[in-house]
Amino acid sequence: MSFLELRSVSKSYGEGAAEVHAIRHVDLAVECGTLVAVMGRSGSGKSTLLTIAGSLEEPTSGEVAIGGASLRAMSRNDKARLRRRTIGYVFQEFNLLAGLTALENVALPLELDGLAGKKAQAAGMAALEELGLAHRATHYPDEMSGGERQRVAIARAVVGERRLLLADEPSGALDSTNGEAVMRMILTACKRGVAAVVVTHDAQLASWADRVVFLRDGRVVDQTVPPPSPEVLLETSSWSGPRR
Amino acid sequence: MSVRHAILALLSEGPKYGLQLQKEFEASTGEVWPLNIGQVYTTLQRLERDGLVESDETENESPQKGFHITDAGSTELSSWLNTPSDTAAPPRDELVIKVLSALRVPGVSVHDVIQVHRRYLVELMQQWTRLKEDEADFDLTFALVVDAELFRLDSVVRWLDTADGRLKRAASEPPASSTTPRLARRLVVRR
Repeated sequence: MSFLELRSVSKSYGEGAAEVHAIRHVDLAVECGTLVAVMGRSGSGKSTLLTIAGSLEEPTSGEVAIGGASLRAMSRNDKARLRRRTIGYVFQEFNLLAGLTALENVALPLELDGLAGKKAQAAGMAALEELGLAHRATHYPDEMSGGERQRVAIARAVVGERRLLLADEPSGALDSTNGEAVMRMILTACKRGVAAVVVTHDAQLASWADRVVFLRDGRVVDQTVPPPSPEVLLETSSWSGPRR
Repeated sequence: MSVRHAILALLSEGPKYGLQLQKEFEASTGEVWPLNIGQVYTTLQRLERDGLVESDETENESPQKGFHITDAGSTELSSWLNTPSDTAAPPRDELVIKVLSALRVPGVSVHDVIQVHRRYLVELMQQWTRLKEDEADFDLTFALVVDAELFRLDSVVRWLDTADGRLKRAASEPPASSTTPRLARRLVVRR
């Protein structure tokens, strides 16, 4: 069953001659444990798609369902609770709070959701440990490298029982090695059953996904078919299809 | 790719047999490039003919015949390692020609043609990335070869993205500005 489902979702801004269609009739289904990448150029509508999927913005038409529940039927409070408990966001610019330590940043969404401080901190520490950042728990964002800050942002996004991870260009300005580390972490979360959507223009990042959806001018124009076993690449004997 | 120079590189570590060279060649490329033993011996014969390697004189045509690199071979190897590959002239890339051709074929959307190739390349990249997923089974030489292939495919996807954007912009813009001054001058003259 799909954990996230977008059914014929459209979003437009402005009216009349000034109307701009950001996305049009987008269908997207993401199952638990699956990583889907949405690839498109700047202005293709991929960030709009992500904010609508994360209930941060209302679609003009169409329907979004998370965990089988339609967002249309939810009150503002219900949506806020859904965002705190179920959805984790990772942004290009990390968006960590500068005055809080790594651990406090990660534990914050749990505390906001009413979890007692000690329990929230324990869960935050567990998330940091999983990403190899326990030793940086008491450091502030400006004391960490870009790669470390993004790992803290991912820990914050997956802490607790979050089931849906939404990431907008999560490797940002990181180099390819750190970008790869970020994708490995997202994939690890998927292996625990998290459904994840990454929007990116970067084919190397997108290639970590189970499925890549291509967006052009706000429309889904294509998607990759699930790749066959990679061993296929290694069975042939030419350079265009090397073997291992 | 130069099997000849790769063999010289392996012999620079010390004398080796043909079979040993085959196994070490495959290991040094992360076992991605196969090399049959016949190709190894043919290459060794040519290297010997050119004075770049020498064989043991004691055992004729034995499978255990050893080879070592000569001074001329070491010079050739050093020269090859430090000479940039010839990439000055653009290759006649088939994909580039397909995209350029699509522009001229009536009824064909060049954007759709670009997307077909983009999807294929990303699917290939997904397969290569799968090979990277299990780090425990990921040796250094294999990692380098997989990274090289991913960056090669990525560069083609980036070219397709750029071409897509450039064509879209060109379709929405007025005719090229270089003709405007000439047109303007003519208008002035007519007045």
